[in-house]
Amino acid sequence: MRYGTTASACAAVIRRDLLLTWRRRGDALNPALFAIMVVVMFPLALGPEPNQLANVSVGIVFVAVLLAGLLALDNLFRGDHEDGTLEQVVLSPHPLSLLLGSKILVHWLSTALPLIVISPALAEMLHLPRSVMPVLIVALILATLLLSLLGAVCVALTIGMRRSGMLLALLVLPLYVPVLIFAAGACNAAQMGLPFLAPLLWLGAALALALVLAPLACAAALRISIT
Amino acid sequence: MNTLTLWFHKFGSPPTFHRVTGLLIPWLFAAALLIGLVGLYGGLVLAPADYQQSDAYRIIFIHVPCAWMGLFAYIFMAVNAFIALVWRIKISEILAMASAPVGAWFTAITLATGAIWGKPMWGTWWTWDARLTSELVLLFLFLGVIGLYNAIEDRRQAARAAAFLGLVGIVNVPIVHFSVSWWNTLHQGTTVRLLGPSRIDSSMLWPLLLLALATHIWFFASVFARSRVSLLELEGGKEWARAIALGTEHGHE
Repeated sequence: MRYGTTASACAAVIRRDLLLTWRRRGDALNPALFAIMVVVMFPLALGPEPNQLANVSVGIVFVAVLLAGLLALDNLFRGDHEDGTLEQVVLSPHPLSLLLGSKILVHWLSTALPLIVISPALAEMLHLPRSVMPVLIVALILATLLLSLLGAVCVALTIGMRRSGMLLALLVLPLYVPVLIFAAGACNAAQMGLPFLAPLLWLGAALALALVLAPLACAAALRISIT
Repeated sequence: MNTLTLWFHKFGSPPTFHRVTGLLIPWLFAAALLIGLVGLYGGLVLAPADYQQSDAYRIIFIHVPCAWMGLFAYIFMAVNAFIALVWRIKISEILAMASAPVGAWFTAITLATGAIWGKPMWGTWWTWDARLTSELVLLFLFLGVIGLYNAIEDRRQAARAAAFLGLVGIVNVPIVHFSVSWWNTLHQGTTVRLLGPSRIDSSMLWPLLLLALATHIWFFASVFARSRVSLLELEGGKEWARAIALGTEHGHE
């Protein structure tokens, strides 16, 4: 790959972020640990009755993953903003949206992928029927990608604030409502033996749209925040 | 430059905006109050009771105009946000940010009156119907815009960031509006239609439309009043704002 091209710049961003994640690989497990802790709280609060847990398991898994993703979002640009890297990224001659898209991809790989990997265990803890598992994983992949993309736009707006956690939840969650409805809807439909393809297709369509628009929006938001 | 563009540019200049809205606001509030009172009289006294819901339906005269205003405020905010982001017009930033709290209140009133109406009609204060949920999400979107605007220190940067968030959230507005026909569950369908005949009796329709007009006028009066204050705050260092603060503005025209 030749130096100086946009592709090589994106590859450099991906390589750097992956390396940073690897050097602090303990941190990458935190969202997964958090999700497990949240899921453990529910049987303790609701009682261990398997049928009752199975009924609400899809919702609990999605909300736990959503909250874990929300907490992880805060770190998307924080380190880079504090040491000035982010400003260099904004100043670079390459399209900002593509560079940010690379960052979002690595963020998804390092925070959401561990969550998806442990999701069968979470579902098993809540007695979700085995047959729903493939639908759950597909829905989780689509939903977490959407969360990372939509969340990145909101994080870019809150850059530079010292305490942005609560505010970030207020900004991201309303946008995430339709995603949650369709993703959990697909799994619930599968659990009841109904056709579940349509909500998954809607999620896929939303993802296609977000893949194109969210990096552009994220870049625009970042340019507003960094002046 | 033709007259209209000239007028537009003049209205966009802070001192002119401040002066013109200062003249308009009392009239707007008075008109809103008067039309609103006539509409309320028509709705609460003149209109006949509903054959199914008897007198309980009369909350529609508050509920529906406020629901329309919540959406209208969001669209108004988004349009101004777009203008503010694309052409960097200061007045648009201020108008967009001023309409967020007003819109949030209209949405909150819609939810509250809806709950009060739902209790006798559906037997519950709240139900997870698509339209109710969307209205709640609309309220959260308003609150997010207000929260972001207040969290950033630099006023103009805050307005631009919050305006951008408002534009991102505009995706939600069509979902709110069309959710009734998409996922129709408990909430009734559209009764008043712009195209074709409305499915509401004219004795109930005219107070409703009058109240909708009154809330629109009230919205603009309230947004202008809020804008004037934030404009003075933003332009505090400028000559014209200082003149107003010192009460010598008449010498400066």
